[in-house]
Amino acid sequence: MERDSNTKTQVVLQGNEACAKGAVYAGCRFFAGYPITPSTEIIEMLSGEMQKAGGAFIQMEDEIGSACAIIGARWGGSKAMTATSGPGYTLMQEAIGFAAVTETPIVIVNVQRGGPSTGQPTLSSQQDIYQARYGSHGDYGIIVLAPSSVQEMYDFTVKAFDLAEQFRGPVILLADEVVGHMREKIEIFSGDRRVSSPKKKYAISPSTDFFKGANTLVEGQLHDEMGRRIGHMADKSGAFIEKITRKIEDNVDMIADVTTYCMEDADVAIVAWGSVARPSLNAVKKARGIKDDRILPKFRVVRDLVKRGVRETMHTDYSHLKVGLIKINTVWPFPEELLQQAAENVDTVIVPEMNIGKYCREIQRALPDKKVVPLPKCGGNIHTPKELLDKILEEVGVDE
Amino acid sequence: MNRLYEKYIKTESLPTLFCPGCGNGIIQYAAIEAFERLGIAEDIACVSGIGCSSWIPCYYKLDVMHTMHGRAIAFAEGLKLARPEKKIVVFTGDGDCVAIGGNHLVHAAARNIDLTVIMVNNYIYGMTGGQKSPTTPKGARTKTSPFGCIDQPIDSCKLVTSLGASYVARWTTAHPVQLEKAIADGISHKGFSFIEVLSQCPVQAGKNVYGEKEPSKIMEGYKKGTYIYKPQAGALTGDIPAPQDGKIPIGLLHYDPDASEYLQRVEERLKAEGVR
Amino acid sequence: MAEITIDKACCKGCNICLTACPKKIFVKSKKRNNYGTAMPDVKDPENCVGCRMCERLCPDGAIDVKGDRNQ
Repeated sequence: MERDSNTKTQVVLQGNEACAKGAVYAGCRFFAGYPITPSTEIIEMLSGEMQKAGGAFIQMEDEIGSACAIIGARWGGSKAMTATSGPGYTLMQEAIGFAAVTETPIVIVNVQRGGPSTGQPTLSSQQDIYQARYGSHGDYGIIVLAPSSVQEMYDFTVKAFDLAEQFRGPVILLADEVVGHMREKIEIFSGDRRVSSPKKKYAISPSTDFFKGANTLVEGQLHDEMGRRIGHMADKSGAFIEKITRKIEDNVDMIADVTTYCMEDADVAIVAWGSVARPSLNAVKKARGIKDDRILPKFRVVRDLVKRGVRETMHTDYSHLKVGLIKINTVWPFPEELLQQAAENVDTVIVPEMNIGKYCREIQRALPDKKVVPLPKCGGNIHTPKELLDKILEEVGVDE
Repeated sequence: MNRLYEKYIKTESLPTLFCPGCGNGIIQYAAIEAFERLGIAEDIACVSGIGCSSWIPCYYKLDVMHTMHGRAIAFAEGLKLARPEKKIVVFTGDGDCVAIGGNHLVHAAARNIDLTVIMVNNYIYGMTGGQKSPTTPKGARTKTSPFGCIDQPIDSCKLVTSLGASYVARWTTAHPVQLEKAIADGISHKGFSFIEVLSQCPVQAGKNVYGEKEPSKIMEGYKKGTYIYKPQAGALTGDIPAPQDGKIPIGLLHYDPDASEYLQRVEERLKAEGVR
Repeated sequence: MAEITIDKACCKGCNICLTACPKKIFVKSKKRNNYGTAMPDVKDPENCVGCRMCERLCPDGAIDVKGDRNQ
């Protein structure tokens, strides 16, 4: 994210609050939402902040209405966002498809919780990874960002608005309960953010906001550049579908963002996205003997772990493991090339996920010659560094 | 071609996809007459959902959003909140508005948000081929009620009035002059304006629902089966009138110009709290 | 005298105008519109009173009345 000259301040914020602050800084001036655990803090904070910033806020009657209202507001000229979790995100799928086909720039935050159905309202998961990409019926392209810290909740929210405007379409911020509810010290900006309007035009639908005399027709059917339906013409329809998919998939190099850590000499890589990247980073640091100054005070961690029935013992020696981390920040479009480059020199890739093992398939497809080991974990608890290192030990073995 | 059509309709998109004799075209014309009379077409945007009636605004030379089934009012609320100074007209049908979109109708009416909702009630799901809708009369045989409809039809005017809509009118396609005036008044009114238009679907409903299949005879039936409500002075703020001798009341049924509108309430609160 | 035109590209032959006109100016004819169905013809336009009900009730904007007493 480009940091401009606006005033920088350091604050301690919860992930959801950071997301709300990021939205206001990004220029979001309309929020519609419906309370749902664990994303409620976003709507709570924006119910005041949005109007203080001169924007509009409405608590809608459901998540469907919320997603629709932000699309309506965007055509009125306001950058708009909604935030939800689990079942609410499922309800929004039709509107996400509508935003994709009409090429409406909107941001939808999904603070993932355990599913399916009501599932585990207060616990975390990463089960919506494919729903974020393929949730709405039909074919379309979509950008999905996965924050793993409170700072990233802020930064990626800002980035989501920029990407939405640039590529004209919905952008999903795929957070989860862990990053949504944790508190960290972060840097935020105040003042008005300067945004330059995108140079290249990626939309093939009408894209002039309402009330500018353009007689814009926003049409949910497949349409031409005037908004007129083309659904009865197979060749034009096929070209339309390809265009709204490829404008994202073919520009993956402009969108993709992957962070690596200790990968220079690594034999084995942990590929993680979202909050699971946190214990993954810790595991790398532990194996490499790097002192971690970022984790919370020790007593807090121990207390939490004891409460969750986890006995964290780090007596095993992992120091011979040359582990690195590949953190995927833009989970969709899939950053295939960046991942291949980052994992070039490793033989084994561990993919920890708080789901039944989903994104690992995508990674195996991109890395056909590597040993890709899924490490799924369902139930609401995040992986511990020990679990990750033990798995690596199991896979790599003790050769020296 | 009609001269107002040339001014307000994208003539290159004609003919409309409506069947011969469909009431949607009459409502389409009444609305452009209302826009012409108000003279503020550049400040009007239209939003519609899914269904035959939701195709009405797609032919207008205006900013138009043809959205998802049932959600037109939700889209319109977002648009209105983003541009409070503009006028938003929603075109919707009985299934779109009362069945799948019932929740949004209920809450928009309760908010008394400044929208104009024109609900075309043809008592049937026309686009999908003639299935029962929430307004289909009891006993009517449709594709999905082969033994006669058993559900109590929903009186949408009564519903929105009970919730707080401040302008509620019902007209039919046989009353185009009054309908045009109602649309113009609804757009001018600051608050939730709900205009139900009893319309005909000669192709999918026809004899089974109206007892007639000729468009002109169905419209004749609307004239005979309705009575124009003539309230006593000041009686427009109460409940809406009941049917008399089996005749449906039409006309301006409920009007409360002093009811507080949603965006006004928002502004008042923000001022009172020192936010703006 | 009013000049009443029926656009055969717009008319779908629903015949609503036949009953809409209080002076019964529109009559059935053998003329075909662009869809191949019979479209109405105008008879005795001098009887037009300029009420414009035909314009308002034509679902396809096919009818235009010019030069009536209101213009």
